Amino acid sequence: MTRAGGIIWTRVALIAGVVGLVELLCRLGAIKPLTMIAPSQMAFALARMTAAGELTAPAAYTFTEVGAAFAVSVVAGGALGALVHAQPRLRRALEPLLASWYAVPFFVFYPLLVALFGLNALPLIAIGVIFATPAMMLSVLSGLDRVPRVMHKVARVHRLSHLLEVRLITLPSAAPHLFTGLKLAFAYSFIGIIAGEFILSGGGLGYGIAYAYESFENRTMYALVLFVLVIATGVNGALHMWDGRLARRRGRI
Amino acid sequence: MTRLVDTLALMAAIVALWVGLHAYAGDAAIASPLQTFAFAAELFSRASFWNHVGATMAAFAVALAIAAVAGVALGLVLGMRRFAGEVAEPILSSLYTLPKVTLYPIMLLIFGLGMSAKVAFGVIHGMIPVMLFTMAAVKNIQPVLLRTARVLRLSPAQTALTVLAPAVTPEIVTGLRVGFALTLLGVLIGEMFASQRGLGFLIINGIEVHDVRMMTTVTLIVVVFAVAANGLMLALDRRAHHFA
Repeated sequence: MTRAGGIIWTRVALIAGVVGLVELLCRLGAIKPLTMIAPSQMAFALARMTAAGELTAPAAYTFTEVGAAFAVSVVAGGALGALVHAQPRLRRALEPLLASWYAVPFFVFYPLLVALFGLNALPLIAIGVIFATPAMMLSVLSGLDRVPRVMHKVARVHRLSHLLEVRLITLPSAAPHLFTGLKLAFAYSFIGIIAGEFILSGGGLGYGIAYAYESFENRTMYALVLFVLVIATGVNGALHMWDGRLARRRGRI
Repeated sequence: MTRLVDTLALMAAIVALWVGLHAYAGDAAIASPLQTFAFAAELFSRASFWNHVGATMAAFAVALAIAAVAGVALGLVLGMRRFAGEVAEPILSSLYTLPKVTLYPIMLLIFGLGMSAKVAFGVIHGMIPVMLFTMAAVKNIQPVLLRTARVLRLSPAQTALTVLAPAVTPEIVTGLRVGFALTLLGVLIGEMFASQRGLGFLIINGIEVHDVRMMTTVTLIVVVFAVAANGLMLALDRRAHHFA
């Protein structure tokens, strides 16, 4: 077996082992059903809810919000990143603020955002955007930092227009960091919106989990937690693989 | 000098934005800067406020200590054992991107209400980035450093102390800085549900009973603390990277 294969199978075995252990502990009663239900029961409850269509509405609600927040934060983060990169003074002043961005619990601004946007999905999308934009910005900044200076000279020698330089030189050189930015922007939009729903809102998957928790519906709660876990891991894994493929392609050139 | 001016200009811009938001959204959504500073002064003179600060800081200190020690230790092990590291890394980065709030009910069911749940929540937020940064630091040590250590016939202890530790310290400092911010966030969110004490509780209580002044003021205090602590650690971070 190749080394890469060994790594993947060890990983699968590790995860299966942990899940199996939890299953065993639950079945033996070492973990009380009030604390946690067995993983197989979670999967079963999730399958039942999916088949009954109970999942469709909250999932659609959450994914619409996450999609909107992701799109806005990628565009805004990209533009702001490019702008700040062109202004070193502004950048120096902003850096400590950006670095401590994620220590601020932005959910507390929800009442303010409701006052600004009204009682609908927009305040939550705004929380997702506030959460995800700096990650994209920081990735754009480090991507632009790593465009080799000689490349800009090449562009000048070839008398490229600004637009052509961005398309042919800047974007390809900064691509790996931009991709990291996309990954982080997705993760933070997702985290921000699920957390916002959980704490404050009246709809979506996060709200569903909070509601089920408060009304002691353990099965529903764990099914939803499992669903969120699977989605986050799935998207993350897909992006990880895509990133690896892009890296290999760059390696060949 | 220009730096000071720039920082002051940025702060002025933030206060201007705040005044604008207050003018637009009104007293029901956010307190004005003046009200907030006045209320902060009042809070500082109350003993009960310092009890809440103490509760948050105690939970935060314990959580940060656990996240830092366990994160660095596990990160070192996973960084040195390449196979284990490669098995673990995607699992860890998935956990990192998971909305950890969804694990909150589970934490509460396991730890119950109170201090231990707050600490646990801080740890699950803060430990993984520390681990990931430490792992990356150990994995990316230049092989020539280790070869030099061998050429000089350093003992393992000497190698660890004089070669490995200085080589990985800058990245670990960066990891601890990120871990610091996330642990604080975790503890505050923890307090929002699992506690009757602490700054997180004051904020969520302010939202629930519609005490806008309390909510805005405590938020400001938390933000100032986070930004100040982070600025300090950023300076440390730069020095560590500079000397490396």
